[in-house]
Amino acid sequence: MADASGTATAATSPAVAKVGAAAEARAVSKAQAPAKTIELADKAHTWPYLVRLEFLAGLIVMIVLTVWSIALDAPLEEIAQPNRTPNPSKAPWYFLGLQDMLVYFDPWLAGVVLPSLIIVGLMVIPYVDVNPKGNGYYTFKYRKFAISTFIFGFFFLWIVLIVMGTFLRGPGWNLFAPWDYWDPHKVVPLTSVDLSEFLFGIPASSAGGVLLGLAAIGGWFSLGAVFYIWKRNSPTMKKLGFVRYAIVAGLWLTMMALPAKMVLRIGFNIKYVLVTPWFNI
Amino acid sequence: MAENEKQSLKDKVFESQVWRSIFRHGYADTHRNRVLQVAGNVFLHLHPTKTRRHALRIRFTWCAGGVTFLLFLVTVVTGVILMFYYRPTGEHAYIDIKMLEFDVPFGMVIRNMHRWAAHAMVIAVWVHMFRVFMTGSYKPPREFNWVIGVILLVLTLLLSFTGYLLPWDQLAIWAVTVGTNMARATPLLGHEGPFYELVGVNARYDARSFLIAGQVVGPPALLRFYVLHCIFIPIAASVLMIVHFWRVRKDGGISGPM
Ligand code: HEM
Repeated sequence: MADASGTATAATSPAVAKVGAAAEARAVSKAQAPAKTIELADKAHTWPYLVRLEFLAGLIVMIVLTVWSIALDAPLEEIAQPNRTPNPSKAPWYFLGLQDMLVYFDPWLAGVVLPSLIIVGLMVIPYVDVNPKGNGYYTFKYRKFAISTFIFGFFFLWIVLIVMGTFLRGPGWNLFAPWDYWDPHKVVPLTSVDLSEFLFGIPASSAGGVLLGLAAIGGWFSLGAVFYIWKRNSPTMKKLGFVRYAIVAGLWLTMMALPAKMVLRIGFNIKYVLVTPWFNI
Repeated sequence: MAENEKQSLKDKVFESQVWRSIFRHGYADTHRNRVLQVAGNVFLHLHPTKTRRHALRIRFTWCAGGVTFLLFLVTVVTGVILMFYYRPTGEHAYIDIKMLEFDVPFGMVIRNMHRWAAHAMVIAVWVHMFRVFMTGSYKPPREFNWVIGVILLVLTLLLSFTGYLLPWDQLAIWAVTVGTNMARATPLLGHEGPFYELVGVNARYDARSFLIAGQVVGPPALLRFYVLHCIFIPIAASVLMIVHFWRVRKDGGISGPM
């Protein structure tokens, strides 16, 4: 740093260079990262060492993109016809994970509440992850929970659902193997039941059914409370504190409700856990 | 003699007022010039003059943030070109896209580049987020830049989604119909959502009709998405990118082991 500002004062355009150097000095002094302790030898001149890499990366991206654009045409189907619904109607590929959630949850959850929670959940990550280790380098050892949770959500609940939605979901949103013919008349016998019917044979909308549904959902989220009581004296939990823990546990269990509901649906044909006059879960 | 003349010509050019007004420093490979090359250039001075060595490694950043930004720039440039040929109305939109293929020189390549760059940007921004998570770069002092990043991620998806409608073909309106149908189910604000009676929304006035300017995805939705796609979201994303890059510097540069 010292030599950078030293030369800057002698610059041909002192104004420009000085501003740069001053910003530099500020950035370093302000940053909590101990940039000051970093050996000067740990740094390389941005020009040419970084700029040339950026240039190369840019060149490669532009070449790939150009070749791709010459070789492959963007799709254009027939003109929009509001009265001819295609089957299947698919959202853009990057939203197919969300569309696939509609199989397991009603639209208000799958289409509105859960996507909002994904966004909020991503935003709170830095504020609920109090582990100081693994800041600025790759490590799994010190961040087992954070990394496994993120990878599970990112790969299994997002990427895998997108791939499935793109390639395996056909007419009627039925699953088709890649070599199957997409038969629009395929009928999947669907005799789905609700949880209370499955367990005790009582209708889900009856008082008993509603109580059971509430208990099931309450039980799911109280797993978080049980874990808290069990681990409340561990150093990690002390450090995390109750509020942060509650947020992490709530979001984690909500995320895991998706695979849980998948198991109920695919394994046991269960449609709803809770049925109320206003909404179903 | 000739040597002298050459030398004096060189001096005349490189020492001239015009040349020196454009290029503030010489090109000899000195420490000072390397620093000035970055600090004295409005585009390059986004960088610090010196970078920590580990941050130069492709293995560390995968260059994913930079690639996202480059792809964004590609969509801006190709998008502006497309705007010269495209009218966002029910009568014209589809024909204008067809004309790109059959009538406009290089129209199809421009359209392809715009579309593929947009798709690639969605992938690149996911890869970038994944890398930032894996290196734990959201940890203090970079918490807030991660939050800005999440908003950028949402804006990237919305940019792609609003653009999806513009070709006005079957793929477009049905994908957008499926996507915006969700808004019908918004709790309180959608006419098929839980507790909608409390607010009193109906099919004509609810979250969905607000998004698509009507009850079906029709020409008013096309215009609405066009303005969002070409003006509102790109400006919002650009502003946030400026903040994002600024914060990378202010938070002490690319994160690294202490
Ligand atoms: C339009 C989208 C985005 C653009 C153009 C962008 C661009 C960049 C660039 C150029 C960098 C410098 C380092 C690098 O290339 O990796 C960076 C760093 C960073 N980005 Fe992004 N980004 C975007 C979205 C995001 C998202 C979605 C997140 C997270 C949710 C995020 C979080 C961060 C953080 C925390 C850093 C600092 C990383 C460090 O210091 O190692 N950004 N971004």
